[in-house]
Amino acid sequence: MAVTDTRPQPSYQWIEHISATNFGIIALALIMPVLANDFILFQVFGWAFILGTIALSLQFLAGYGGMVSLLQMTVAGLAGYGVALFGDSGAALSLGWPWWLNIPVAIIVAGIFATLVGALAVRTEGIYTIMITLAIASAFFYFARQNYPIFNGYTGFNLVIPPQLFGVDWRQPVPFYYLTLGAATLSFICVLYVSRSPFGLALQGVRDNPRRMAALGFNVTMHRIYAYTFASFFASIGGILLVWQNAQVSPGTVGLPNVFDILVIAVVGGLRHPIGPFIGALIYCVLRAFAPDILLAFGLSGERFKMLIGLGFLAIVFWSPDGVLGLWDRWKARRSANADPLTGKARGGSA
Amino acid sequence: MRAFTQRYPVWSALIGLAALILLYAIFAPWSDAAEDIFGRKRIFLNALFGGITLGALYFLVASGFTLIFGLMKNVNLAHGSLYLFGGYMGYLWVDLTGLWIWAFPVVFIIVALIGVVLQYVVFRRMEGEDLRQTLVTIGIGIVAADIMLWIWGGQSYTILTPEWLSGPTKLPIISSIRDSGEIVYLSYPQVRIAILVASIVIGLGMWFALNKTRIGMLIRAGVDDKEMLTATGVRIQLVFVGVFAFGAGLAGIAGIVGGTFQSISPGEDTRFLLASLVVVIVGGMGSIPGAALGALIIGLADQLGSVYMPTYSVVLSFLIMALVLAFRPQGLLGGGR
Repeated sequence: MAVTDTRPQPSYQWIEHISATNFGIIALALIMPVLANDFILFQVFGWAFILGTIALSLQFLAGYGGMVSLLQMTVAGLAGYGVALFGDSGAALSLGWPWWLNIPVAIIVAGIFATLVGALAVRTEGIYTIMITLAIASAFFYFARQNYPIFNGYTGFNLVIPPQLFGVDWRQPVPFYYLTLGAATLSFICVLYVSRSPFGLALQGVRDNPRRMAALGFNVTMHRIYAYTFASFFASIGGILLVWQNAQVSPGTVGLPNVFDILVIAVVGGLRHPIGPFIGALIYCVLRAFAPDILLAFGLSGERFKMLIGLGFLAIVFWSPDGVLGLWDRWKARRSANADPLTGKARGGSA
Repeated sequence: MRAFTQRYPVWSALIGLAALILLYAIFAPWSDAAEDIFGRKRIFLNALFGGITLGALYFLVASGFTLIFGLMKNVNLAHGSLYLFGGYMGYLWVDLTGLWIWAFPVVFIIVALIGVVLQYVVFRRMEGEDLRQTLVTIGIGIVAADIMLWIWGGQSYTILTPEWLSGPTKLPIISSIRDSGEIVYLSYPQVRIAILVASIVIGLGMWFALNKTRIGMLIRAGVDDKEMLTATGVRIQLVFVGVFAFGAGLAGIAGIVGGTFQSISPGEDTRFLLASLVVVIVGGMGSIPGAALGALIIGLADQLGSVYMPTYSVVLSFLIMALVLAFRPQGLLGGGR
């Protein structure tokens, strides 16, 4: 955060705000299809952008609103179910609406659900929120598994594919990569923008001191509920993309392991900045793709992947509660503590 | 009780009336007209008693959860894993020795030891950081679920009921009257009755221990104000370890109970975690009587729901939870926090 920087700033062009590192990352992301093969594009990066977008909604709620909600995967799954139900799928239940109708309706339905649950959850605070959202998330899982008229029960919906827009098959690795990259980038910028808007600042005020904000005349409850509504939008986008990637949605999509995975991703990445969830998601997907090989090398079965993720999560929570971002910040702080304040170069032991 | 009736006369009357109707529905034979509307009486009775027994099981799991939560503000999301582990341990013990009743103390001690380790090694290091503790319990839950899947695989196990508890018993409750005028009494599995009785005994024991003993006094004082209790010279860490061990042990023996009258398999941990969550949210977080009431309500909702509205039984418990949250966020018997 550069809020302490009070020197008069010369007026830059917008492009000059982008630092060299960020510019490199953007360029790398854009030319990635040249470098990586289809598996990496589709299964690692595509998936990481999707999970990152869903985890971004949790980051917004937890990082700016102070509400750790385990609901985001459920909202994402509901939006995915919405697309499958209102749009086309292999199941006879689907209504077959065109894409420009079923996607907005799915997002709105998921948003209404998130708002209602948010209205319930904000009646409590802190760990109570975790308990309530976890209970609702698992209730939704069991409900989706039992319910045949809407959610098609145990099997769910299969053959849910993105529309053939502009003559492109969006499920091909390269178009899908750009689709998820675009969705993730837009969501990221949107969250970053809102976090600095009056609403986002008020939400952070509510996080830090709700009584004071209430005394200042802010409606604390409504800010929290709106945060749920706003965050549901990104979760929905991620959920729809997830369903398109897997071409199916079933109760397993919203099962508790996946619900916890989103939390793990957001916490491992770091909850303080919107880039955190994407870092966490990338680590998760890389691990997921290559863990079987690593585990096999140690003589363990590749199925022990969950244990690896769980242990990594435990290690992060133990030693760096603010995730990889926290590690990064600490490394930078140590480096700047070592650096000479005048020249910026390392002091070379004279300190 | 008297204070409640004086404060809410209308509600008390309604609750009393409902209880009378329920008693009548249980003991009186149903007329044909009633059976036409509500279905066979036997089905109703079975669902009712099944619900009460399930409530007893839920109470065993949830009471440890709520006790730990009330004292240490630690939402132990690995509680379901302790339940499942207790179930597997009980299965191993019964399989090896065949002594069903001895499985309870053995498993209680094993799982309680795990609880001691968890509290002493993990949670003591992050006291007061409830969010971090909760995250750690999630991590432990993930790892534990995977290790147990590794060891015991995906199949489900059922713990053998001992001979002296197997088979049904006749209850002095009329199930139906045959056309010949012969009275059919309700028969019900003995083991379930044993479970119910055992849960009531454990619940009463906990109530007595909490309200009438010195240790219970310490725990209640700790729930109300930890700092003051520490200031009076109580070694609160010992109380914490004891309570965590006891709660974990209860989850462990609940695993044996669940493994005997249902079965144990991967996924049961999250099922019972959900049950404990809903039970303590409905009953009131940190309250033992609340856990009992919540467990009864959720158990009944589960069983009656699955008989009378099969596809929506989960939604029924969920709906109850949402209603409680909307109108009484601290839970039915929960105090202010």
